[in-house]
Amino acid sequence: MTLCEVTDIAGRAGNFTVTVKEAPRYVDMGKCIGCGDCTEKCPKQVDSEYDAETGKRRAIYVKYLQAVPLKYQIDPEACIRLQNIGTCGACEEVCDAGAINFGDIEKIHRIDVGAVVLAPGFEVFDPTDSGVWGYGIFPNVITSLQFERYLSASGPTKGYLVRPSDSKAVKKVAFLQCVGSRDENLCGNGYCSSVCCMSAIKEAVIAKEHSPGLQTSIFYMDMRTHGKEFDQYMERARETSGVRFVRCRVNGVEKDGSRDDLRLSYINEEGLQVEEVYDMVVLSVGLQTPKHALKLAYNADIKLTGDNFAATSDFAPVQTSREGIFACGSFAGPKNISQSVTSGSAAAAAVSDLLAPARFELSADASFPDEKDVSADGPRIGVFLCHCGSNIAGVVDVEALGEYTATLPDVVYVEQNLFSCSQDSQDMIVERIQEQSLNRIVVAACSPRTHEPLFRKTLKTAGLNEYLVEMANIRNQNSWVHTADPEAATSKAKDLVRMAVARVTCSDSLKSISVPITQKGLVIGGGTAGMIAALNMAEQGFEVHLVEKTDILGGNALNLKHTWSGQHVPTEVAKLVDKVVWHEKIVVHREFEVTAAEGFVGNFKSTLTGRDGFKRTIEHGAGIIATGAEQYIPQEYNYESITRVVTSVQFDKLYELNEVHVRRAKNFVFIQCVGSREENNMYCSKVCCTHSVQSAIGLKKENPNRNVYILYRDMRTYGQREALYKQARKLGVIFINYELHGKPNVTENGLVINVEVWDHILHRPLKLEADMVILAIAIRPMSDASTLSKLYKVPLGGDGFFQEAHAKLRPVDFSVDGMFVAGLAHFPKSIEESVSQALAASARAVTLLSKREVFLDGITAIVDEQNCDGCALCVDVCPYNAITLVDRIADDPDAGKLIRVNQAQCKGCGICQGSCPKRGVYITGFTMEQISTQIRAALAA
Amino acid sequence: MLITKKIGSVMIVGGGVTGIQAALDLADSGFFVYLVEKSGAIGGAMSQLDKIFPTNDCSM
Repeated sequence: MTLCEVTDIAGRAGNFTVTVKEAPRYVDMGKCIGCGDCTEKCPKQVDSEYDAETGKRRAIYVKYLQAVPLKYQIDPEACIRLQNIGTCGACEEVCDAGAINFGDIEKIHRIDVGAVVLAPGFEVFDPTDSGVWGYGIFPNVITSLQFERYLSASGPTKGYLVRPSDSKAVKKVAFLQCVGSRDENLCGNGYCSSVCCMSAIKEAVIAKEHSPGLQTSIFYMDMRTHGKEFDQYMERARETSGVRFVRCRVNGVEKDGSRDDLRLSYINEEGLQVEEVYDMVVLSVGLQTPKHALKLAYNADIKLTGDNFAATSDFAPVQTSREGIFACGSFAGPKNISQSVTSGSAAAAAVSDLLAPARFELSADASFPDEKDVSADGPRIGVFLCHCGSNIAGVVDVEALGEYTATLPDVVYVEQNLFSCSQDSQDMIVERIQEQSLNRIVVAACSPRTHEPLFRKTLKTAGLNEYLVEMANIRNQNSWVHTADPEAATSKAKDLVRMAVARVTCSDSLKSISVPITQKGLVIGGGTAGMIAALNMAEQGFEVHLVEKTDILGGNALNLKHTWSGQHVPTEVAKLVDKVVWHEKIVVHREFEVTAAEGFVGNFKSTLTGRDGFKRTIEHGAGIIATGAEQYIPQEYNYESITRVVTSVQFDKLYELNEVHVRRAKNFVFIQCVGSREENNMYCSKVCCTHSVQSAIGLKKENPNRNVYILYRDMRTYGQREALYKQARKLGVIFINYELHGKPNVTENGLVINVEVWDHILHRPLKLEADMVILAIAIRPMSDASTLSKLYKVPLGGDGFFQEAHAKLRPVDFSVDGMFVAGLAHFPKSIEESVSQALAASARAVTLLSKREVFLDGITAIVDEQNCDGCALCVDVCPYNAITLVDRIADDPDAGKLIRVNQAQCKGCGICQGSCPKRGVYITGFTMEQISTQIRAALAA
Repeated sequence: MLITKKIGSVMIVGGGVTGIQAALDLADSGFFVYLVEKSGAIGGAMSQLDKIFPTNDCSM
C-alpha cells in the first residue's frame, strides 16, 4: 500500500483497527505500464527527493527507475494541471494506457489486523539552520546522503564526482563527522547516530575508486567503527586507499576567495591553528526520527525516549510501550543496515509469538502458471543484456555486444536493459518469453550468486522451467576488472555471452525436490541469546531442544550487573531461566555438547554427548548456534603480577562485594581496548567503552572525591549510550586519549601503581598514580567454535566468530540452509543486540518450522548406473556426506557395488563429478555435454 | 476477561529494508501482511545509497 499513512491505531493486541489515509496518485495503478512517456512530456521540473535535491524530477514521476511498484505518480503541489484546472494535461494526452486520472481523491481505509509493526525509518539531519558549516549557502557543501547520490550511477552526475557549483572535477574532499549528532548546542541531538563514521569511510574509499588521485580527509571526534569487520575496513582505508583521518572538530567552513573553493579551519593535535582548502565538503549528517513518525507515535500512544526514539527494553528490544505494537529499524534507535534487517526479523518473531494461534488463517501460497513442456521444441533463445547503470555500459560497448549476440545460433531475440533486475524488466522479460515463444533465456549481467534466484522466478512466472536460464557475468568478472581496457572488455563480454548461449542450448528442465520438515528446533548455547531464541520458538508451539555445555543457564550475562540503559541483568536473566526451565515445549540438556551432526535443512539429526558419556539423538528441522564467547585473559599491563590490576569483569565482582581494595582506593584508572583493535585481533569488542563509563559513573556518584581516569583510543559509546559518556564527563571522570603506538605503561611501585601515558593535549607524558587499574578486556570467540563449525559445515570468519551468509541482508542466516546464528557467537555485542539477533534467528527458523515440507534446488548429483563401478572415490570427497556405497543388487555382494546419492543432502557442488574417472555420476544443469559445449564455445573465438 | 479471537494478519508501517524484512518473514510464516509505505514506492533510504560495505554490492 503506497502513498499511505497510518493515522490511528484503535483496539488491543490481537485485534486492532488501523486507519490508513491513502493519498491520491492521480495515476491508475491497474492501467499504468510504467513506460515513462508521461515523464518525458511533463514540462514541470522540481527537486527530486530521491536524489536528496541534487537532481530534478518531473511533476509526474517514479521515485527511481527500479521502484516497486513501477507505477507513476503525480505530485499535486508541482503539477500545472492540478494547480490550475484547464491547463497543461500533457501526460494525459501522451498516455496510451489511459492511466491518468486527475479526478483521483484521498481514500480512508480501516483495516483489521492482529498486530502492528512500526518501521518508519529515519530522516537525515538538515544542517541548513545551523549556519556554521555553510550548508545552503555554499553549493559545494553537501550532505553525506547527497554525496551518495553523486557517487551513484543513477544519480545526477551518473557517478562522476564533480562540484555542484561549476561541474569541475573534485580533487580534494573533506568529510565532517557528527553533523547533527553528539551536539546538543547546534542541533539538539545529543546521541550518536552510530552509522556515519563507517559510511564516511565507505564513501571516501568509493570516491577514490571513482576518481583516481582524489584526496579525502575525514575530520572526526572518535572513530566509531564498532561493527563486524569495520575496524579492518578502516585500517585498509587508511593504509591501502590512503584516506586521511584527522581527529578534531572543524571550527567552520568559509568560502576561499572568489572561487567556489572552501576553507576549513581547525586546531590540530599539536595545538596549532590550521587552514586547508577543499573543492567539496561533505557533512556526515546524523539520523533522527522523522516528524511523521513522531506524530504517529503520539496518535498511537507509543512512548518515546528523550532522544525521540521508541522506548523499548533491552530484553524486549522490539516491544513498544503498547502491547501488540512493535518497533524496529532506526525508529528504535540509530541502526546500520544489518542491525535494521535483524530488528525487522526480530519484530516478525514477536508478532509471530503473539499471533501464533491464528497462523495460516488468512495467508495463501504464491502460485505459478503450469509449466510448458519444451523438451520437443528446438531452442529459441532470448538474451537480455544489462547495462547495470554505468557499471557495465560505462566499460562494455553494449550496442556492439547486442549486434554480435543476435548473430549467435538459436538466438531469436536480444534486448538491452538499464537494470535487468528491476521489477519492470522482470515483467518485460515475462512478456517477451510469451510473445516471442522463447524457451531458453540468457541474462548477461552480474553474478548468479546474487541474481539467479530472481531470474529463475521470472521464468516460472512466464510458465517456463526455472532451470532454463543461464547468466553471463559481464560485470563482476568483466567490466569491473577491465575498466582500463574497454575494447578487451567488450570482446570478453562477447566470449562470455557466446559461452552462456552455447550452454543454455543443451539445458534441460529440472524439477526441484520436496522433503518433509521435522517441526522442531535445536538451540546450541544456554546464554541470553539461546534462551530468548528457544523461548520464542516454544511460545509459537514448536518443540525446542536447548543444549548447554555447563550446568547452569545464563552464559556471559551471569557476569553482568546492568545493561547500558540501567536494567538489572540478574533479575532479567533469572526470569528468563525460570521461563525456559518450566516451559512445556523446551527440553533443556545441561552438561551436554553436540558431538555429531548429520542431515540437511528440515531434517537434521544431532547427537548430544553428556559429561558422563551418555548420548542423546535429536531430530530437528532448524538449528541456532548461540554458543557465546570467551573473555580475553590479558598478557599485558603486568596483569599477571600486580594484584590490583584487574579485568573489568573481576572489578564488577569486587565492587559489588565492596571489597577492601576497592573501598579504600582513591584513584582508579581504566584502560580500554585490552586485546581489541590491534594486530591479529583487529576488531572492536563493542561493549567495553560503555561498560567502563558506567563503572566510572558508579564510582563517582558514590564518592565524588575519587579520581577516575579512562584511557581510551576512540570512545565508542554509540547510539543513545552517548548520554552516559556525557554524564561521566559532567561528573568529572577524566578521559585521556592514547594511540596504539603509545600504549600506557603500568608498573608497581610499593603501594601505588604507576600508569604512564602520552597526553595528546598537554603534549607530554603523564604519570598517574593509581590504586586500582581496570582493564577493559576483549571478547574472544569460543576456542571450540571450530568444532561446531565442522559439524554443521557453517563457516567461521577471519577473527574466529561465526560467519553469517551476508553481512547486510542475511545477518542471522548461515550459508547452510536451516542453520542460524545469534549473540556473541556471531560478534561482540550488547545484550539488547543479542536479544534482537536471537529473536531474528527464531523468526528465520520459524519460516521453515511452520511448513510441513521444504523445496530444494533441482541441481543435484545423479548416478549413471551403467558407468558407475562402485570405486567409491566420490564417497570420500563429498563434503556433505550425501553419497553412500551400496550393493548393486540388494543382499548380493557378488553383483558389485555402486553409489547412491541422497538428493536432499546433495548441494550440487560437483566434486563427485570431477573425481569420477568413469562418468558414473553427473550434476544436473552441469552435465558433461553442457560443460564441453561451453568450453568449445569459449575456444571458438 | 473478554477473550476475542486473534486476527492472523499484521500491518507493517514503513517499506524500507527493515519493514520489508519483517514483511517477508511474517508472510513466510503464515501471516497475511499489509505493508504500508508513505511514499510512492518501497525501498526506503537503502535504495538511495550507491554501494554497500563490505561487498560493494549495488544497494538495489
